[in-house]
Amino acid sequence: MKIFKKLIGSQIMLPLIALLVLVLFNLIWDPSFFAISLGANNAGDPILKGNLVTIFDYGSELAILAIGMTLVTAASGGQDISVGATIAIAGSVILRIIRGNEVNVDTMKAPLIVAFIAAVVATMLVGAFNGALVSFFKVPPMVATLIMFTAGRSIAGWINNYDNIYIGDPRFKIFGGVVPGFPVPTAIIIALVCMIVIALVLKFTTLGLYAQSVGINEKSAKLNGINPIFVKFLTFVLLGVCCAVCGLIQTSRLGTINYSNISLNIEMDAILAVALGGNALGGGKFNMASSVLGAYIIQFLTVTLYKLDVPSTAISAYKAVVVIILVVISSPVVTKKIKEMKSRRNAKEAARKAGVE
Amino acid sequence: MKRVMALLLVAVMAIACFAACGGKKSDGKIHVGVINNDPSESGYRTANVNDLKAMFGDGNTNNYAGQFFYSLKNDEQIEAAKKMITDGVDYLLLSAADTSGWDGVLKDAKKAGVRVILFDRTIDASADLYESSVVSDMAKEGEMAVAWLASQNLAEYNIIHIQGAMGSAAQKGRTGALDKKVADNANWNMVVQQTATWDANEATKIVASAINAGKSFNVIYAENDGMAQGAVKALDDAGISHGVGKDVIILGFDCNEWALKELKAGNWNYDGQCNPFQAQYLHDIIQKLEKGETVEKQIIMDEKGFDATTITDEDVKKYGI
Repeated sequence: MKIFKKLIGSQIMLPLIALLVLVLFNLIWDPSFFAISLGANNAGDPILKGNLVTIFDYGSELAILAIGMTLVTAASGGQDISVGATIAIAGSVILRIIRGNEVNVDTMKAPLIVAFIAAVVATMLVGAFNGALVSFFKVPPMVATLIMFTAGRSIAGWINNYDNIYIGDPRFKIFGGVVPGFPVPTAIIIALVCMIVIALVLKFTTLGLYAQSVGINEKSAKLNGINPIFVKFLTFVLLGVCCAVCGLIQTSRLGTINYSNISLNIEMDAILAVALGGNALGGGKFNMASSVLGAYIIQFLTVTLYKLDVPSTAISAYKAVVVIILVVISSPVVTKKIKEMKSRRNAKEAARKAGVE
Repeated sequence: MKRVMALLLVAVMAIACFAACGGKKSDGKIHVGVINNDPSESGYRTANVNDLKAMFGDGNTNNYAGQFFYSLKNDEQIEAAKKMITDGVDYLLLSAADTSGWDGVLKDAKKAGVRVILFDRTIDASADLYESSVVSDMAKEGEMAVAWLASQNLAEYNIIHIQGAMGSAAQKGRTGALDKKVADNANWNMVVQQTATWDANEATKIVASAINAGKSFNVIYAENDGMAQGAVKALDDAGISHGVGKDVIILGFDCNEWALKELKAGNWNYDGQCNPFQAQYLHDIIQKLEKGETVEKQIIMDEKGFDATTITDEDVKKYGI
């Protein structure tokens, strides 16, 4: 009961309610939505099947991005809109290295770990560029990251000379598929690892505290010995690392890259995940679990709409309606009203009690 | 003294300007300005850009001196067109980002004696402002694919149709033919029709959702190769066989080289082309115009469709993009 009461007042309530509504809706509409079964894929490896698996599998990238985006939002009070383009760069770097000098390859020409490290370095550089503009030059985040938003996909194209690459190596496809013999999609595991890592980092380091204090009041944070420039810079670099992980998963799923379409508009979903998590987009306090939950809710919504056979001409409109409702509920005005209503009721009750006594 | 210097400078500048804007260049070459969309737009565009570069760019063997400009923005393209006209190109080859807004600059071109040829996309301008246009017939691409599908003589067609970005020319053309066939034939059923906006991952989700809902289907008609591949990923994960002689027929579009290889391997059944190799058509038009011959106002390119059972390794090399 105590835990429940604590939950009601907390920030994670909003995404939980949204999730509950989606779950209830699907339960009533068609309970088989939640069925999970064990099957085999065409390579003969066991794999879990079902809508929930699809949601968690394809929600992985968004959940990982939401982690980085939450930190950036908290510290800088703005959002990075270049994450989709940065993922394109990461994916392009990975393919550039493992394809060697050919366009269609059946076996990797270089160890994947080398390719991945190169991608991490590349995205950290992109993050450092964004972070330097935001922290040192005090450019508003959305304007600073607009540069990479515009240029990133062209850079991704240049890295591979705009070649139409295809990697047929089954070892490469593990990250977007399954490890032979283990039925849970690898992307889910990767996302889980990222969540555990960030949970440990937030628990045992001061990153979370520093990011929040810089976001709440930069000057007082500085007076307390925190270097706001470094903290902001660091959050952008960390988001870069998140992008590299997403780039690996995305390219591994299909073995190809489409420079203009890979992770298109994912920045909007990542920002939405942070907002759905009830985090203030103006910076300051954040709740990491809420953001991650927000990311999965977006996937849940998409898969539900596909399941309902919503016409393709109307699907974005349906999504928009749900998003409007969620955003309005979480807006400061509404939350303030709810709080007022609650305190008024509490006051009434207290008055009644006092009268009885 | 200062005044004399200033006057001298003005004179020099004026002369320089005259020399620069002095109309046609006289180095014996055919000067061609190419305005295209950015190669990052798609694999199709990359192939298109490379094809034009090989024909008109450095090192070409047809006596062309080419200059190129790429942008996905109409206003930037118009600015570049103005610059090329002032540079005195003989031909302006144009694939416009947007259909409107080109009247003014094309009139300037006409006045300056620059001949305009449209490729890939048409624009809303009076037809006497350009010499010719080389275009793809997206509706025909769809019709060819649907005709091929009909020739498979299945008893029943249960189709998952994955559409491109709604409203794009490719989506409209490729959807139109299939919609008509499904409406006209009782044994053609649309099981799922959904847009993945050209995104392979969305296509996977759509097909996985259909599988999870227990829907039965035997055809996947995806409007580009990426989405076809995404759909195939969902089938692979679910352990459903696909390709020549298997449970599900796979159709894709664009003829990426890797897609044609899938076709050759029998994992897919059909891939429709959207011909990006337009340079030869443009070359023929220019040569005709140079000789003073007349050319047709609109030239519709030949497009191919490949069947997995008949495709050859040469086809993969030659037509793969």
